[in-house]
Amino acid sequence: MNNGYTGVILRVDLKKGTVAKEPLNWKNAEDFVGARGLGTKYYCDECDPNCDPLGPDNKLIFMTGPLTGTVAPSAGRYDVVAKSPLTGAIGAANSGGHFGPELKYAGYDGIIFENVADHPVYLYINDDKVELRDASHLWGKDVYETTDLLNAECGESFRVACIAPTGENGCLFAGVMNDKHRAAGRGGMGTVMGVKKLKAVVVKGTGSVRVARPKEFFQDCMDARATLKAHPVTGAGLSAYGTQILVNIINASGAMPKNNGRDGSVFADADDISGETLTAKYLLRNKGCFGCSIGCGRVTDIKEGPFKSKGEGPEYEAGWSFGADCGVNDLAAVCDANFLCNQYGIDPITMGATIACAMELYEMGALPESDVGFPLRFGDAAAMVKCTELTCKGEGFGKILGLGSYRMAEKYGHPELSMSVKKQEMPAYDGRAIQGIGLEYATSNRGGCHVRGYVISPEVLGIPVKTDPLVTEGKAGLLKTFQDLTALVDSTGMCLFTTFGIGLPEIAAAYRDAVGTDESDEDILLKGERVWNLEKQFNIAAGVEKDTLPPRLLREELPEGPAQGKVNQLQTMLAEYYQVRGWTAEGIPTPEKLQALKLS
Amino acid sequence: MKQLMIKPEKCTGCRTCELVCSFGHYEQFNPRMSNVTVMEYDAASIAIPVMCLQCEEACCMKVCPVKAITQDENGAMVMNYERCIGCKMCMNACPLGNISYSPRLRKVFKCDLCGGDPKCAKYCPGGAITFVEPDEMTDRKKLVADKFKDVFGEEAAQ
Repeated sequence: MNNGYTGVILRVDLKKGTVAKEPLNWKNAEDFVGARGLGTKYYCDECDPNCDPLGPDNKLIFMTGPLTGTVAPSAGRYDVVAKSPLTGAIGAANSGGHFGPELKYAGYDGIIFENVADHPVYLYINDDKVELRDASHLWGKDVYETTDLLNAECGESFRVACIAPTGENGCLFAGVMNDKHRAAGRGGMGTVMGVKKLKAVVVKGTGSVRVARPKEFFQDCMDARATLKAHPVTGAGLSAYGTQILVNIINASGAMPKNNGRDGSVFADADDISGETLTAKYLLRNKGCFGCSIGCGRVTDIKEGPFKSKGEGPEYEAGWSFGADCGVNDLAAVCDANFLCNQYGIDPITMGATIACAMELYEMGALPESDVGFPLRFGDAAAMVKCTELTCKGEGFGKILGLGSYRMAEKYGHPELSMSVKKQEMPAYDGRAIQGIGLEYATSNRGGCHVRGYVISPEVLGIPVKTDPLVTEGKAGLLKTFQDLTALVDSTGMCLFTTFGIGLPEIAAAYRDAVGTDESDEDILLKGERVWNLEKQFNIAAGVEKDTLPPRLLREELPEGPAQGKVNQLQTMLAEYYQVRGWTAEGIPTPEKLQALKLS
Repeated sequence: MKQLMIKPEKCTGCRTCELVCSFGHYEQFNPRMSNVTVMEYDAASIAIPVMCLQCEEACCMKVCPVKAITQDENGAMVMNYERCIGCKMCMNACPLGNISYSPRLRKVFKCDLCGGDPKCAKYCPGGAITFVEPDEMTDRKKLVADKFKDVFGEEAAQ
């Protein structure tokens, strides 16, 4: 194909053990682009929204975008789509590294896994040769061991995406890990993979990705890369300090939740866990995902002490969850916990936030020490790492932590202390101090999440223009634009981080010249809005709970900092949000809206 | 005559070089048709771009039985596919392993310096690949000298 796509989808029936190749649904590719959007469309067309996410009817879809594997900026991403066992909502988690492009070079836009295997298997893809192979010897192995064993078995040049024992043993927030350190992390996509007894996908591809208008496309991409290089965030800040550069910035806004949000959102020891400190003390080198000029990845080495460890990261959100949210100021411990999450394939945001919730339950006396096995107070770095380790290994109290904070807090009688939306934990930005991000958490189609509409950009970083984080006016419209653009970017196969430096014009230009269309920027953005509404439709059909926030954010005033005395004004913003979305006052897309988006 | 020079300490392993190389030669994105390959070593935490460095005494040129490899005006050893019989002697002879064979293209291939403006150097986001006059390459020496300075210099002794 000469339009960014390979034109072929793999369909794997794990029960029958069969692999079939089928042509890509071109109509859907045109309307839903790829990756997150196209994967979700396939899912919604083929699956019952009320299926059991841990049952055989929940399909698991790997999908790349039309720009994946091309020279478009940071375009190495793929999405894993399934109904989330954590939230019951549509789950789509995307990941960088090199796995996604390799799948396209092998000749496939995506893979649809159906049913459940009767014994552990992995999918072997070597260009045209595709087969299911026994993975009994890999079951129980962690991400690093599994990757090494598969590389020894299949060849060094194969790319591996796999799960760890967390995905095999019922932890509800296991991710799919590729290239050892990159994660399709949130919402338990690895848990679904584990239910299917699918241990890994290995792929080697020697083919090409071609685009419709090569010369124009190349120029679009090089112009966009030059813009990214010249931008202070994508050309300097993220490269120098990684996403952890946000620690001091968000803390200065009084928006970094401390101690499960119980004690406000100013963390006195923020600099101890900051990107600047990480760089000075532990950074080995920067690492870029496929085709990325930003290179925000960190290779980090804790050479000595009780938390001696080595790995990649942490990202800001993991730095917060294991740091400020647990009241921990020991960066080595934060790194150690983060590396464990990579090795054992779990989402570090949910992990850290669940431990923080357990700490609050423990301190208030609702969680007995006999259940945990040791004291679990805020600020105890060793206890935090121990909890992570227990969850990774599925031992003791780790079995309860592995359910996520909502189910754990419910078990101990205080579901309101779970800092989650739709049972998925909110990340590292307090919705009381940054109003728009609160609206984002409440309305995100995959539950508490910052990367569905990262309004931190305008509200704190001033990108593209600075807005006041404490006001609610205009946030609904702003968020809608961010959510629609993000859905588009995720669906192309590009990394969301490019949007710090470039916007719709650059992304639409690359898309147009890759697929060979003459649609306007607005028409292309509409595809993002279509994806958003499709996800929403699924969630409504699946009976996912309404858009709201934990009571803490709505009622407990922040005790200190620039946002002192504030709560999140959700109701005000939500009404406006439904209006700008063209939905009813109850948050349901109207028939007119669905028709306009060609969704009815 | 300019020379490609690699600085692995600046390489993030993003493989942009592989993409711009295959695109520059074939208008396709395909790392396995790229004249440059990034080798990533996870445990050692290093990535190294590898490509032909255009030997002055090029074994590939000497061994070619049909004289299909010649030096162009930029100093690049280039393949003449009109002459090439696909014997792969050049692959065997290259002491650095920098000549590859593509089963898809059914031909051997190597770096040709893109006619004097190598794209890998031009578009490398991290500055890990540069195209410079060889006598400008003293900064590598300086890296070694810096280490000596750190260990034996006056400041180090204090």
